[in-house]
Amino acid sequence: MERSVALELRGVTKTFGKVIANNNVDLTVYAGEILSILGENGCGKTTLMNMISGIYFPDRGHMFVKGEEVVIRSPKDAFDHKIGMIHQHFKLVDVFSASENIVLGIDDGNKYSLKDVNNRVLEISERYGFNIDPKKKIYEMSVSEKQTVEIIKVLYRGADILILDEPTAVLTPQETERLFNVLRRMRDDGKAIIIITHKLHEVLSVSDRVAVLRRGEHIATVETAGTNESELTEMMVGKKISLNIERPEPKEPKDRLIVKNVNCTNSDGIKILDNISFTARSGEILGIAGIAGSGQRELLESIAGLQHLDSGEIMYHNPKNDEEVNLRDRTPLQIRDLGVRLSFVPEDRLGMGLVGNMDIIDNMMLRSYKKGHSMFLNRKAPKNLAKEIIESLEIATPNATTPVRRLSGGNVQKVLVGREIASAPSVLMAAYPVRGLDIGSSYTIYKLLNEQKARGVAVIFVGEDLDVLVELCDKIIVLASGKVTGIVDARTTTKEEIGLLMTKSTSVSEDALKTENSAKEDGCNG
Amino acid sequence: MIFDYILNAIALGMTFLYGSTGEIITEKAGHLNLGIPGVMCVGAAGGCAALHYMIVGGVTNGVLLVVIGILAAFLAAALMGLIFSFLAVTLHANQNVTGLAMTTFGVGLMKYIMFGLKEGTSIPYLKALDAFRFPFSSSNSALKYCGVMVFLAIIIALVVSFVLFKTRVGLHLRAVGENPATADAAGINVTLYKYVATCVGCGIAGLGGLCYIMDYSGSREGYLSIEALGWLAVALVIFALWRPHISILGSVIFGALFIAGSFIPTLLPFKILQTMAAAPLLKMLPYVVTIIVLIVTSIRDKKENYPPAGLGLNYYREER
Amino acid sequence: MAKVKTEKVHEPLFHIVKRDRMPLWQSISIRLGSIVCALAFCALICYIVIDVKPAEFFETMFDGVFGSERRIWKMIKDLAVLLCISLAVTPAFKMRFWNIGAEGQVLMSCLASVACVIYFGGKMSNWMLLVCMALASVIMGAIWAVIPAVFKAKWDTNETLFTLMMNYVATSLVSFFLIVWVPSGSSTLGELDYGHLPNIYNRYLVLVLVVAAITVAMYIYLNYCKHGYEISVVGESQKTACYIGINVKKVVIRTLIVSGALCGIAGFLIVSALDHSVTTASAGGQGFTAIMVSWLAKFNPIIMVATSFLIVFLQQGVNQVATDCNISNAFPNIIVGIILFFVIGCEFFINYKIMFRGKEASKK
Repeated sequence: MERSVALELRGVTKTFGKVIANNNVDLTVYAGEILSILGENGCGKTTLMNMISGIYFPDRGHMFVKGEEVVIRSPKDAFDHKIGMIHQHFKLVDVFSASENIVLGIDDGNKYSLKDVNNRVLEISERYGFNIDPKKKIYEMSVSEKQTVEIIKVLYRGADILILDEPTAVLTPQETERLFNVLRRMRDDGKAIIIITHKLHEVLSVSDRVAVLRRGEHIATVETAGTNESELTEMMVGKKISLNIERPEPKEPKDRLIVKNVNCTNSDGIKILDNISFTARSGEILGIAGIAGSGQRELLESIAGLQHLDSGEIMYHNPKNDEEVNLRDRTPLQIRDLGVRLSFVPEDRLGMGLVGNMDIIDNMMLRSYKKGHSMFLNRKAPKNLAKEIIESLEIATPNATTPVRRLSGGNVQKVLVGREIASAPSVLMAAYPVRGLDIGSSYTIYKLLNEQKARGVAVIFVGEDLDVLVELCDKIIVLASGKVTGIVDARTTTKEEIGLLMTKSTSVSEDALKTENSAKEDGCNG
Repeated sequence: MIFDYILNAIALGMTFLYGSTGEIITEKAGHLNLGIPGVMCVGAAGGCAALHYMIVGGVTNGVLLVVIGILAAFLAAALMGLIFSFLAVTLHANQNVTGLAMTTFGVGLMKYIMFGLKEGTSIPYLKALDAFRFPFSSSNSALKYCGVMVFLAIIIALVVSFVLFKTRVGLHLRAVGENPATADAAGINVTLYKYVATCVGCGIAGLGGLCYIMDYSGSREGYLSIEALGWLAVALVIFALWRPHISILGSVIFGALFIAGSFIPTLLPFKILQTMAAAPLLKMLPYVVTIIVLIVTSIRDKKENYPPAGLGLNYYREER
Repeated sequence: MAKVKTEKVHEPLFHIVKRDRMPLWQSISIRLGSIVCALAFCALICYIVIDVKPAEFFETMFDGVFGSERRIWKMIKDLAVLLCISLAVTPAFKMRFWNIGAEGQVLMSCLASVACVIYFGGKMSNWMLLVCMALASVIMGAIWAVIPAVFKAKWDTNETLFTLMMNYVATSLVSFFLIVWVPSGSSTLGELDYGHLPNIYNRYLVLVLVVAAITVAMYIYLNYCKHGYEISVVGESQKTACYIGINVKKVVIRTLIVSGALCGIAGFLIVSALDHSVTTASAGGQGFTAIMVSWLAKFNPIIMVATSFLIVFLQQGVNQVATDCNISNAFPNIIVGIILFFVIGCEFFINYKIMFRGKEASKK
């Protein structure tokens, strides 16, 4: 059967300021196929797709839908050509219901009636096997429910070309498999599906063809059946690299941070941490796995003194004098005054860890400006530190007075991690430290974490990529809706086991907890 | 006496109602427009100028005067909205500063225009007073303040409420204010919605200025108080939790508080209480109540009472 | 395969892209350019509306500001007062605390100063009285600013409207006290005999020196002090501030005390050096103008000298035009408004650039 072309791009180019996001990209997608767009973070995958869906406008180039040249100036134009995009950061209005979000922007001339919309949503759900309550408000939904709303939104408009931007980043392995089944059903329905990803095994399992992008350029498009992981990696990175992460053996691990029966409720009255206990040991990397929003952020923030706890304790064992102190409900300053050297690389780098509009020197000063009794600032020490970090971590920046917001994602993260390591911590917590980084920068971060591990630091690593967690960490605790559902040895576990624990219902998890923490249970004072 | 007080409160309240209904539309599109006092001033000036020229030109038909007067006020104020939209939407300017500049400009423009609207010692536009105070213009009680524009205000508030919460256009507008990136990705013309909402909102707010002069105050100095009333209209938006139908009630309460200074003392039973309350301290009542409302709503902290999530932020599609 | 049909395809005429950082001289020349455009526009309007020729317009404006020594000093004193209030609001704005209540804070401190004169005037030496006035003003200004700050810190109460409402409460209080203090019932307080700042050279010089000192101090406070650094961090991101252990509530309250206290000094200066009295219009809308001055200077105290000069020059100059042509004294506000629109709008050309597609394609 002759395949019909659904979408074709020719010579598409887009620049942001001086940065070339896409350079002269050609791409063809056929109806009834799943095409993967593979590339490192920052290679221009999302920019390219945003141009197809009308969010950005290309500087140069031509686009053809079903053989006709089209100009897509806005998302509305994209819909008119039956193109629909499911963004990585969901584009949903939180205070609206599912149906309101789905019908948003559609003016089909019919009378506006939410009841009709609800019925059609249920109809579509049945056809493709979704499970959704059309009246539920978005802010009450889980991530995977939100994604379902996004997909229905696109189907509701009768899209023939679907673009999914990193759809699996927030899903468990099981949810991912379910999504892939839906995608296959849609493909068999004759739709053209483009899926953006940087995970190789997903590419191989779901797609028919793969297009590889590198630094904004289209490298090649190949049939999935005729390729393999190492070939794809080479195309993606441009050179052969080994994908193995080192995992040195821990040296004389000792208990450093003991978290006991920690409970925490958020401002909406929802229990966000439920009786959490674990121990982080020096010279080990402790991984934390879980679906986004299972309490990872609150857990790290409560250790760092940013979150009020309902009950429980966080005991810190000081290696210098063998004393134990409770960090619960202390402010970051009080924790520092206790002589606890705690470093924290938060998930939100430019919103929390750094100040985007300040330069590298002033950002270095964040941790040290309070030192001394003078009311004036001392900029000398931070200036030296900035220079040192720029050199040792090879940060690409014009100079130390460039606002960090102008740096690329990888360099921003190096500035942050560099500053946190500079204070010679005894506990280092890092939340999603490689999110959005290219492969090179990611390996730099892994190397830095391993260096800290070798120095005898207790490292806590919150990750989303289970492959990385399993390869890098010594021990992994799994969180599911604020509870610890399992603590596993990273050397012997599998991704599938962790995936099951991530969605495990809570009643079963009690046993796992008891066996792990039975020895420390009696220290609890509620 | 109490009846008079209530009628006065309603008539004055409608000035706030126009202002707050207009500001609600603007805020639902994501614009915090601190220029509303200036917009109301320009609305009043536009309406009065139109009336001036019509009356000087010999028009006596009441219906024509009212309709053209209202249209002129709407258009003049909507032009201010156009300036705001151009600066805030097209040029991505800071909304707070743009709003304040609009107030400076609007108040100045109104004073300049109103200063010129006289024929010797008489004020021609006040001759249209009877037409605006229809149907109670001949009444001797406070009923005469409840003219056409009072009814129009309530109708507009109800219509706006319906449009915002029960129609497709309203859904789209609220989406633009909550999350412009989402609305944009859904194919809604964010720029168009912001422009139209701001201009219509400002137009409606502008009617408030005209309403105050031609219905409530009816005096040559009336225009001097519009700026202060405009700020209360902005506060009323929060009081009404961004819902025009609640704003109807809120505006009457604000009206009642604003004139409490001249009514409460006479309503009190004892002479001694009357003297105590007569002080201008009562004049601060609406402001103090607004402050209390602000504090109470912030302490209660409920999700449905939040302002639109995108309020005060400019939207640039290609932001990275 | 598909055919390129370039003629039929309608491409957008232009689109907007964000700029990289712009060199300083370029951004300054854009701003100056916008002011020139605005002035030309205003001259045109004056020509149409009040029939003043552009040359005459600028001449009158210039004459109104620099025409005589008296006018120059008037300009300098207005500049000093406006600058003082602008400096006062700056720390709060830098922290993204939209304090539009400077008007009320200044008014309340004027009231406090006058109260000191009324109750202590003649009962103590002039120096003692001045110290009392200054203290009372500073404390009153700080109190008026700290009330919204406390609620902001504790419950995140909207500070824009809160401070705005405080202005009107202040106005009511002033009219109340005027009734109490003026038994005749006219509610106008004449010029008071006590509590005048000493005349050195003339009665404005002390005022100017005080404000100059505050300007330098504020520059140092914001850029070289730990407090200033904390203000910037809280303003940029409260989450970062919490993360590094800054007590955000404390910084908000402390900064508003500083802000209010400086408004207090402005109020004290208005009473002791200029008005020697208080009315509901003592602050004269400068609390609002100051916001614009501070924002236009991008919160830099030194640049604020220039921006407040711009505003004062315009107001006084156009006032002269209005007086000469016998039109409403509200006219300067219109001109200032128009010029602000231009200056606010020109920021766009500093942050973005417009790319025309036609041109680009033909270049290729």
